[in-house]
Amino acid sequence: MANEFPLTLAGLSAGLQKREFSSAELTSHYLDKIAARDGQLNSFISVFPEHASTMALAADQARAAGRAGPLMGIPYANKDIFCTEGFRTTCASKMLDTFVAPYNATVVEKLHAAGMVMLGKTNMDEFAMGSSNETSYYGPTRNPWNLGYVPGGSSGGSAAAVAARLTPVATGTDTGGSIRLPSAFCGISGIKPTYGRVSRYGMIAFASSLDQGGPMALNAEDLGLMLNVMSGFDHRDSTSAERTDEDFCAALNFDLTGLKIGLPTEFFDESLNSTIGSCLTEALDCLRRQGAECREISLPSTRYAIPAYYIISSAECSSNLSRFDGVRFGHRCDAPRDLMDLYVRSRAEGFGAEVKRRILVGTYALSTGYYDAYYAKAQKLRRLIKNDFQRAFEEVDVIAGPTAPSTAFPLGQRVEDPIQMYLSDVYTTAVNLAGLPALSVPAGSVQGLPVGLQLIGNYFREARLLNIAHRFQHETDWHLRVPPFAA
Amino acid sequence: MLDEAEVQVIARLARIGINDDESPTLTLQLSRILALVAEMNKVDTERVEPLAHPLELVARRRPDVVTETDQRATMQQTAPATHDGYYLVPRVIE
Amino acid sequence: MTWEPVIGLEIHVQLATSSKIFSGAPTTYGAPPNTQACAVDLGLPGVLPVVNGRAIELAILFGLAIEAEIAPYSVFARKNYFYPDLPKGYQISQYEMPIVGLGRFEIRLANGQRKFIRVRRAHLEEDAGKSVHDAYPGLSGIDLNRTGTPLLEVVSEPDLASAAEAVTFMRGMHALVKFLGVSDGNMQEGSFRCDANVSIRRRGTNILGTRTEIKNLNSFRFVERAINYEIERQTEVLETGGKITQETRLYDPDKDETRPMRSKEDAHDYRYFPDPDLLPIVITEADLVAARAALPELPAQKIARYLTEYALNQDDAEALISERGIAAYFETLVMESGDPRLAANWVTGEVFAAVNRARIEFSRVPVSARELAKLLVRIGDNTVSRSIAKQVFEAMWSEGGTADQIIADRGLKQVTDDGEISALINSVIAESPEQVAQFRAGKEKVFSYFVGQIMKKSKGKASPQQVNTLLLEKLNEQT
Repeated sequence: MANEFPLTLAGLSAGLQKREFSSAELTSHYLDKIAARDGQLNSFISVFPEHASTMALAADQARAAGRAGPLMGIPYANKDIFCTEGFRTTCASKMLDTFVAPYNATVVEKLHAAGMVMLGKTNMDEFAMGSSNETSYYGPTRNPWNLGYVPGGSSGGSAAAVAARLTPVATGTDTGGSIRLPSAFCGISGIKPTYGRVSRYGMIAFASSLDQGGPMALNAEDLGLMLNVMSGFDHRDSTSAERTDEDFCAALNFDLTGLKIGLPTEFFDESLNSTIGSCLTEALDCLRRQGAECREISLPSTRYAIPAYYIISSAECSSNLSRFDGVRFGHRCDAPRDLMDLYVRSRAEGFGAEVKRRILVGTYALSTGYYDAYYAKAQKLRRLIKNDFQRAFEEVDVIAGPTAPSTAFPLGQRVEDPIQMYLSDVYTTAVNLAGLPALSVPAGSVQGLPVGLQLIGNYFREARLLNIAHRFQHETDWHLRVPPFAA
Repeated sequence: MLDEAEVQVIARLARIGINDDESPTLTLQLSRILALVAEMNKVDTERVEPLAHPLELVARRRPDVVTETDQRATMQQTAPATHDGYYLVPRVIE
Repeated sequence: MTWEPVIGLEIHVQLATSSKIFSGAPTTYGAPPNTQACAVDLGLPGVLPVVNGRAIELAILFGLAIEAEIAPYSVFARKNYFYPDLPKGYQISQYEMPIVGLGRFEIRLANGQRKFIRVRRAHLEEDAGKSVHDAYPGLSGIDLNRTGTPLLEVVSEPDLASAAEAVTFMRGMHALVKFLGVSDGNMQEGSFRCDANVSIRRRGTNILGTRTEIKNLNSFRFVERAINYEIERQTEVLETGGKITQETRLYDPDKDETRPMRSKEDAHDYRYFPDPDLLPIVITEADLVAARAALPELPAQKIARYLTEYALNQDDAEALISERGIAAYFETLVMESGDPRLAANWVTGEVFAAVNRARIEFSRVPVSARELAKLLVRIGDNTVSRSIAKQVFEAMWSEGGTADQIIADRGLKQVTDDGEISALINSVIAESPEQVAQFRAGKEKVFSYFVGQIMKKSKGKASPQQVNTLLLEKLNEQT
């Protein structure tokens, strides 16, 4: 069955266009696979078989009527952080277990306008706070490469579903690495676009100045096809970038001759895991063979990215999550004695441990007497980090490094140790602080678990990143390897 | 380092109930997070301007036009408690 | 009195926009609960604020009118606290970088002296919703229609030295925002309300005393009473050796007293920080050029001009600028009639009286300034007397038509022919031998009796000046 249909968007698009199969057939294929296999993986929180079938039929009719864009009728999965009108959006929290938004996120609107068929909503860390997908109220998602391991987080459900071939593509969001880390852990490709590239409207906020939506897929070309639809100016998001639309696939095959790749000494020091280091060396050799040149650069302030990131993201989340108060929507405790009781109990019951920790850290960092030492300090470091990158981009076109300090780790290993968990994001958070685009592509394997190569570009240079990733995937087969679970 | 009493004050401010069982572990975890964060103090940021937004863009202004119509019924569909269009809460004493 | 009050006001001005400050929901007053609260106002997950450009323009207009610095760069901040009428758990406001900086506003004190009151700042923010307590036992109902309504909070320096000064300042601000069209100023609907910060200190010292804040005063009378009550209360406390507690108090108009608000269970810690969903407001030179072009001649400037150019008195001048429409009406009237004093008398007299009788807004006055000017011209050229002109005005008001038409149709043209007037005088004298005798006996008061009779015979049309002159001649002649 699995080989009945092409795996990539380009293949699916061509197949649909040539009427080799219909969207209805394709959609039921994926729905069947989800029904059969996701019990073990737990990559979906909600699946909408009827709705998906209806959308697929509509897509087939539109195609028959001659109205078809490249992604018309192709199934996809939404991270359960994007609001979907009429279908519950939980953010993997008990707080929103029954919440149904009366609006679609802009990203959802765009994907549906393109005719894509939503299969369901994927599992994630609660409110996107986590690096392992273990903070979900609906239980952890498992890594298709080894079911005893985490898929990474917070977009772990999307990464696992794509890797397990339960969906061709999925949406994700990335606040401190939440697209790139699970992409690396699950051996797929994922891109966090420039801050402002993809609308945040209808995407439940974790940390507003860091959050950015993006696609997760099996290869760079599919990322480009998805980004073509997902990105674009949105008047409903004040932080949306006013840019003319661009074709992210146009430069995929450009030559890499003369490409200058910066290798930050801070990413390649003695603390880098040596097996991951050798995967990266091979990957960089591959790019060199295609004409790229590598040079050492320094991003000294990125050593402080983790603390700055945890203060800024926690401060913003402490305020963003105040609206979950049990008054207008979401979880409300039983029989509140008074207003204070309503608040403290609804929030204590509705939020999980990690969310509470971050709210408390953020509340503390903003409180009188601590603001300057924590929040203001972190924002100053944020500028230093941005300056480091800007200096580097005067010398190089892109920056390369590891996506994660390790491969996927066993379920439960870091749950009790928040600090260890936070350090999973050591190579990713600086990018969010600076608002830069970055992607992760599979670039090796250690003991059967995938390794990710991270490429960071200057603002709005997604097309260049996808070009490099595509050329890399032309020469390698890491992205074609199928996890045992999906084989 | 935070103590349990301080954590209770912060929790109250954040309107999150903390019970006695979880308090010691939580206090320890928060203290360790703050210790990690204290790394920031190694950097001299005396003359650095804080950065609130990566792209440092400026506000775009919306035209003063009414675009929303009454959606009360839809908005209150999943609300915990409403009556006659009001959201209900335990009595607010002023 | 050994104590001197020190008062500052924080005035909340609702801006006259159609839609809310961060959403496209309407701002109209009085809709059924929660029918004007959209997803953004309700703080539903994932939705985002986008600032209303009109609110920014109105803030700039106000800033220019009080000669304030307009911040080239200002920032929205979140004020974090939990309350059921505050859906997001934070209010979007401005904290460290308000849009309007230091300005000043001149008031005229009761003794005629002038005083500048400094305005420390004015910032944009969103209003909260409201709670209803009576409908449900043990519960409160929350209505979020008002949530997100744009406010400009104007903060004065503590430059006000009495309740009366505070009220004068507040009235001046009220007139200004209405005049500018920045706000409808409707106090019943809460479009203009204030908090008063009151402290007292020993006369001659410069050290500020501990202050209390009286919240939510929504009428000029309450402001005056609440501040006076608070001054007396603080005086009594200090004179009996007590200490003032820094606190927030509420004014109870029924008991005419202030009392502390039930102290919140926690000390507030608003944890202000820049709102990451919104970007800084940048005011460009183009914004300022546009705002200056939109800035009308201000009330204070108009008063000064009316006094010097038109030789009006202060009271009339103030009455004429109380609304922008009145000033415009008056100025057209002056231009068309060429007689500023007469125009001022007519607007503050006949027109205001007719508006009051008809209980209408000034803007609905049915007689245009242009038409009224034609009537004033007829007074000036002696076609009609002032009292006949009132009749003509009443006809214009109730039936329409031009002054000249009404004068002609009703034969109201003034009688100025000496012969015709002499004939009237002769017949009245002939009919009133008794009064003639009295007049000749030196009882000069009876003179007005003759005038009355003559005017009556002429149906009011005889020229009063001519009647006076000729009558006196005739009565003296026959002596």
